[in-house]
Amino acid sequence: MGPGRDHISLADIGQALRQIRSACCRIQRPIRIMEVCGTHTVAIYRHGIRQMLPKEVQLISGPGCPVCVTEDAYIDLALELASKTDVLIATYGDMVRVPGRGGSLERCQPAGKVQVVLSADDVLALARSNPDRIVVFLAVGFETTAPATAVILQEAIESDIQNLCILCGHKLVVPAMKALIDGRNTLIDGFLCPGHVSVIIGSNAFRQIVDVYQRPCVVAGFEPLQIMAGLAEICTMLAEGRAGLGSVYRAAVTPDGNIHAQQLMARYLQVVPARWRGLGLIPQSGLAIRAEFGRFDAVQRFGLAWPDHRESPGCRCGEVLSGLIWPDQCPLFGDPCTPQSPIGPCMVSSEGSCAALYKYGRHVR
Amino acid sequence: MSLLGRHDKIVLAHGGGGQLSDSLIRQQILPRIGGSDSPLYDAGSIELWGGRIYISTDSYVVKPLVFPGGDIGKLAVCGTVNDLAVSGARPVAMSLALIMAEGLPMDLLELILDSIGRTASENNVAIITGDTKTVEAGSADGLFINTTGIGLGRPGVDLGFSRILTGDLILITGTIGEHGMTILSQRQDIGFQSVLTSDCASVLGLIDEVLAFGGSRVKFMRDPTRGGLAATVCEIAAGCGQCIEIWEDQIPVQPAVRTAAEMLGLDVLNLANEGKVVMVVDPAWADECVKLCRAHPLGRNAAIIGSVKEATGVPVVEMKTRIGGRRIVQMPYGTDLPRIC
Repeated sequence: MGPGRDHISLADIGQALRQIRSACCRIQRPIRIMEVCGTHTVAIYRHGIRQMLPKEVQLISGPGCPVCVTEDAYIDLALELASKTDVLIATYGDMVRVPGRGGSLERCQPAGKVQVVLSADDVLALARSNPDRIVVFLAVGFETTAPATAVILQEAIESDIQNLCILCGHKLVVPAMKALIDGRNTLIDGFLCPGHVSVIIGSNAFRQIVDVYQRPCVVAGFEPLQIMAGLAEICTMLAEGRAGLGSVYRAAVTPDGNIHAQQLMARYLQVVPARWRGLGLIPQSGLAIRAEFGRFDAVQRFGLAWPDHRESPGCRCGEVLSGLIWPDQCPLFGDPCTPQSPIGPCMVSSEGSCAALYKYGRHVR
Repeated sequence: MSLLGRHDKIVLAHGGGGQLSDSLIRQQILPRIGGSDSPLYDAGSIELWGGRIYISTDSYVVKPLVFPGGDIGKLAVCGTVNDLAVSGARPVAMSLALIMAEGLPMDLLELILDSIGRTASENNVAIITGDTKTVEAGSADGLFINTTGIGLGRPGVDLGFSRILTGDLILITGTIGEHGMTILSQRQDIGFQSVLTSDCASVLGLIDEVLAFGGSRVKFMRDPTRGGLAATVCEIAAGCGQCIEIWEDQIPVQPAVRTAAEMLGLDVLNLANEGKVVMVVDPAWADECVKLCRAHPLGRNAAIIGSVKEATGVPVVEMKTRIGGRRIVQMPYGTDLPRIC
């Protein structure tokens, strides 16, 4: 799993748990910590971490699942593109089941029309091996996947690959965190910040959350010990009444992040307002292809228009993403909204907070 | 309305061995062909001429046709032999049907047929009938194979969900997830190829040993193929109406498989195996059974991984995690998809 992987030490986990319990004793009220990243959400469920914590510590799953926050208008555009005979769709795996208004790529498309890719290389190879078709890459994700999109653009320009374009739906993590604190009646005491994203943007990116909003932020990897240690550090800061910036993922995360990746993104992509499924329009929270590379923008190339925005009726994913309700407080949770027939975005991805609760924790809460 | 919703068309996940496959069989197929609601096993059986005859059929559509550790031919023989073996039957004969796409290289076909012949002979199974069909280029991915096997029941062996009791132990004969991760890495070209090998093998010899000594102390067996260990333990819980607890730290997983699964965001419990057996055994005999398995080349990493608990409500599978947490293990939906970041 790359750098920062720990061997699990049960003693260290026990130590972190003692630290959390001791902080709880001092704080004497419920502590609400948001794990921003969907990969954290899944790891917390997979390892059964929630059940190990004192009942005062509540973990709230944040907006950190890129698929969850992709609006249905994006999926509908992808479906429209997929319906064109000369188009081949290249997508990350978990986009395949995301429902738009007109269905999902899985349900609507014949096999072979939609290719699951894992990297920039896969996308470029697909374009090179299908010269008679136009490969449309569904570029979604946070700062973790955005550099790959920049690499695709760079390579497509340098090698003059003409049968490749991008439907850009990238999102930025920190503006969403700010929007969660700013605009809503949120009860979040601190943030467990995503390791993968932080490798790119650096831990200092969370500094403004700490300084301006006075919420502790700790960057952690995805091993159970790192998660537990991150939670312990947040609880300790809260007990001491201070907001600090911490990292328990120092092996991979530097304060300034990956400058090369940041420069690459800045060269090909520009920051724009973006619509998040469930959260609405958030200023400066998305990435679009820079105007000078507009020929690689699928919307421009095919002369498409973004469909009107609309949320699914009854779906309370917005409140789930804001940490205002638990997934199973939504009246649609479990019936009719399930991982097999998802209505809202949080049920779609294996990282989605609703899907994670449905899969791993239905009996707990 | 079913929780799975109504699909207007077949999707790939209908063939994934998870919830969607199960719903297709129970809602669309069985009611239309006079099938019953009784439990579904890897092989069906009928009483004939004073003995029990077992039949199992399976179609093989694996891509690529040749992969590290095996090929579609070896898989087609082993898969059907294994389905009969875990049902407690001794395979005797098999049919072989080939659906070949126009353009399939003859050399490749010969290589696969040699593999079929060799594997059948190693398992003492005679291929006594067969069929060949060709389809237009592009419509069958090169080669599809169907095999149907016939086996004879063994005296003193009685396997079934109804024999499973609270306190019985769950055993797996080795490390999980190799076949699923090997095939996925071959398809996706993700750079793990060099260290991953499919576990594709006939488990008949291993089961012969276990049943010869264990007899009726073996309560149930299943090979955790599509849907992996998760699907198999969920099927066992649903079949016997009891809860199952499995212990993550006891489940053998090769480090390369674990790392690859973590990188792709996949759950190793959901990955397919093609040379492993999950057994439910009498607790008093379980340690003996582990020793027996470990003495066999295919069972070196055998381990007791869980136990059967009394159901307090809906029969569920719960896993005690490596760090001491607990979580529900669900029947996989269909095929897992790699996730981003």
